[in-house]
Amino acid sequence: MAAFIPPPLPSEDKRWKIVNGTMRKNGFARHALIETLHTVQSSFGYLDDDAIRFVAQSLRVPLSQAYGVVTFYHHFSLKPPGRHTLTVCAGTACYIKGADKLIAAAEERLGIAPGKTTADGEVSLMMARCVGACSRAPVALCDGEVHGEMTCRHLCEQLERWKAQ
Amino acid sequence: MTIEELEQIALSVRQENAKYDYELNVCMDLACASQGAEKLKDALVKAAEAGAKRVLVRRTGCMGPCSHGPLVRIDPDETLYSRVQAEDAYRIVASLGGALAAGLECDLHEHFDSQVRVVLENAGYIDPEKIDDYIARDGYKALLTVLTEMTPNGVTHRITESGLRGRGGGGYPTGLKWGTVAKAAGNQKYVVCNGDEGDPGAFMDRSVMEGDPHRVIEGMAIAAYAVGANKGFIYVRAEYPVAVSRLTTAIREARRRGLLGNNICNTVFNFDVEIRLGAGAFVCGEETALIASIEGKRGTPRTRPPYPAASGLWGKPTLINNVETFANIAPIVRNGGKWFHDMGSERSKGTKVFALTGKIANTGLVEVPMGIKLREIIEKIGGGVPEGHTFKAVQTGGPSGGCIPAEMLDVGVSYDALLKMGSIMGSGGMIVMDDTSCMVNVARFFVEFCMTESCGKCIPCRAGTAQMHTLLTKISNGTGTLEDLELLEDLCSTVKEASLCGLGQTAPNPVLSTLKYFRHEYIEHIIEKRCRAGVCAMEISAEVTA
Repeated sequence: MAAFIPPPLPSEDKRWKIVNGTMRKNGFARHALIETLHTVQSSFGYLDDDAIRFVAQSLRVPLSQAYGVVTFYHHFSLKPPGRHTLTVCAGTACYIKGADKLIAAAEERLGIAPGKTTADGEVSLMMARCVGACSRAPVALCDGEVHGEMTCRHLCEQLERWKAQ
Repeated sequence: MTIEELEQIALSVRQENAKYDYELNVCMDLACASQGAEKLKDALVKAAEAGAKRVLVRRTGCMGPCSHGPLVRIDPDETLYSRVQAEDAYRIVASLGGALAAGLECDLHEHFDSQVRVVLENAGYIDPEKIDDYIARDGYKALLTVLTEMTPNGVTHRITESGLRGRGGGGYPTGLKWGTVAKAAGNQKYVVCNGDEGDPGAFMDRSVMEGDPHRVIEGMAIAAYAVGANKGFIYVRAEYPVAVSRLTTAIREARRRGLLGNNICNTVFNFDVEIRLGAGAFVCGEETALIASIEGKRGTPRTRPPYPAASGLWGKPTLINNVETFANIAPIVRNGGKWFHDMGSERSKGTKVFALTGKIANTGLVEVPMGIKLREIIEKIGGGVPEGHTFKAVQTGGPSGGCIPAEMLDVGVSYDALLKMGSIMGSGGMIVMDDTSCMVNVARFFVEFCMTESCGKCIPCRAGTAQMHTLLTKISNGTGTLEDLELLEDLCSTVKEASLCGLGQTAPNPVLSTLKYFRHEYIEHIIEKRCRAGVCAMEISAEVTA
């Protein structure tokens, strides 16, 4: 049987080398699928068809299986994120302390539902299944930075700041 | 690395620390970090450099009472300062050796006095990124003792003798599990640490992985020796990036010190650990789903048997334990099984870490001996429900658990007692609810969680949770009927009995427990079209139906 030749990198983009690096580190083993998809998402922000195809071919995983994995896990996104991301934690402690009001306020301000990005590509609104900062509930993440004891006012102020940038 | 070398490291750390007059330990766990602990630490370092006294500023893991953060503990005096901001740095340093800095001291004796710290013994005392700090507090001593003085069977025997039960929630006897994997045939075995802390409202595993990562690695290495494994995986949720980075550093440091790798402590024992990232699926906390996820597949569970102990990762015998279970191993080995067995209640031994959150004064992490009354945890350690409101229920066990009402608070906490009350121990989340929480709404919240997290493999869970959610939505918006309630109860028992894995089997628990203790709230929603907590918006008002 001929030796397996991995597919060429999809483009000149240097980030593909990082992706390839993760696969190489794992010896192009099939079980590195999730690890590799994590690298793609952290490098590119999301997973598009080209990326899934490239990773599936490189790891010799059927495309259907790779797509199945991508859609199974909440962490993976098929759409590019906005310039900023507001994530409201919807864990139990946050819920008890009024996270639903925060989500409603953000929805109204941005005019989008959780999981969506504003039409101008500025802000994505996300919901998290507990980030583990329950003792400071309700919690919101502004571009990944954890803010405890969040209020609707603070949240709207943050959105204003992003708008002004 | 030998025991002598280990002691040498511990000694040099102690000598180094002795050069300082004071130690300022700054809690930099997520909760304190979200309140400005990072800036505070930098300010303290600056202030310490400018001052005349020799002061060591140390970053530590979670100290416990998060609602009072950012926290700074000053040693050797053991003064605890709460809600400290960067602006306070200079006066804290100036106050060393004199009167306490005004307005910062906090008296949390009641909070700490009933706690017993085993898993959290190093929390607030070590820098999580320094292996030598861990070694100075008897770290890796248990591992080296095991490798040089004990047989694998002897280790398993000691764990069995301790009475330790799985801290992930199921409560399966740890020693028994280790024994099964040890006896399983095969040359290749694996040890897996379940760090997929999916229960919303629980964060003790995050705190242990972030604040004391070596403790987990040491526990895994001891387990590997006992069962005959040479490779370990720590499966961590992607939502915990700090835990991943701390564990990565810890693994690197342990390898550098020869505490992971080949021929550990000049013996024939080889063991190494790799981190695997979760990707946001609650069901991956279930052991067979977790295994599928490590193998790079969709995290769907499969039928058991065969149990992972016989056929797990890549079909090989695999030991899976939770983070907190592994965190208990080194102290048990060091202090003996009997020491651990002497703590706790009749059938639940040792201590348990709980994440106390919700409508309570002192939120944060607490570690208490098993058997302690819920009332003591909530009223004494937790400081009770803040004034103006009354306690309604405490939720334990996350989406698989239940709500415990006020009249049951004098029951001692143990696996069996919680199960009897219709809840479970779970991983240790404890969410306190007051009169502003509606129990129908809470049940709906958990069912919605299970509905979206159901992997879809088996119908009772996939369709059942969706139907339960529809019925609960009807009841909570005032359009439900008594027949709906009956149907809901019927459905609960079907989903419980017929689901494939723990997620589905326990998904009805929040509904069943609220029906058991708060049935009147369901009835009020249905008959009176009224939500006593004022949470649920009614589509039909009482006046219209009257």
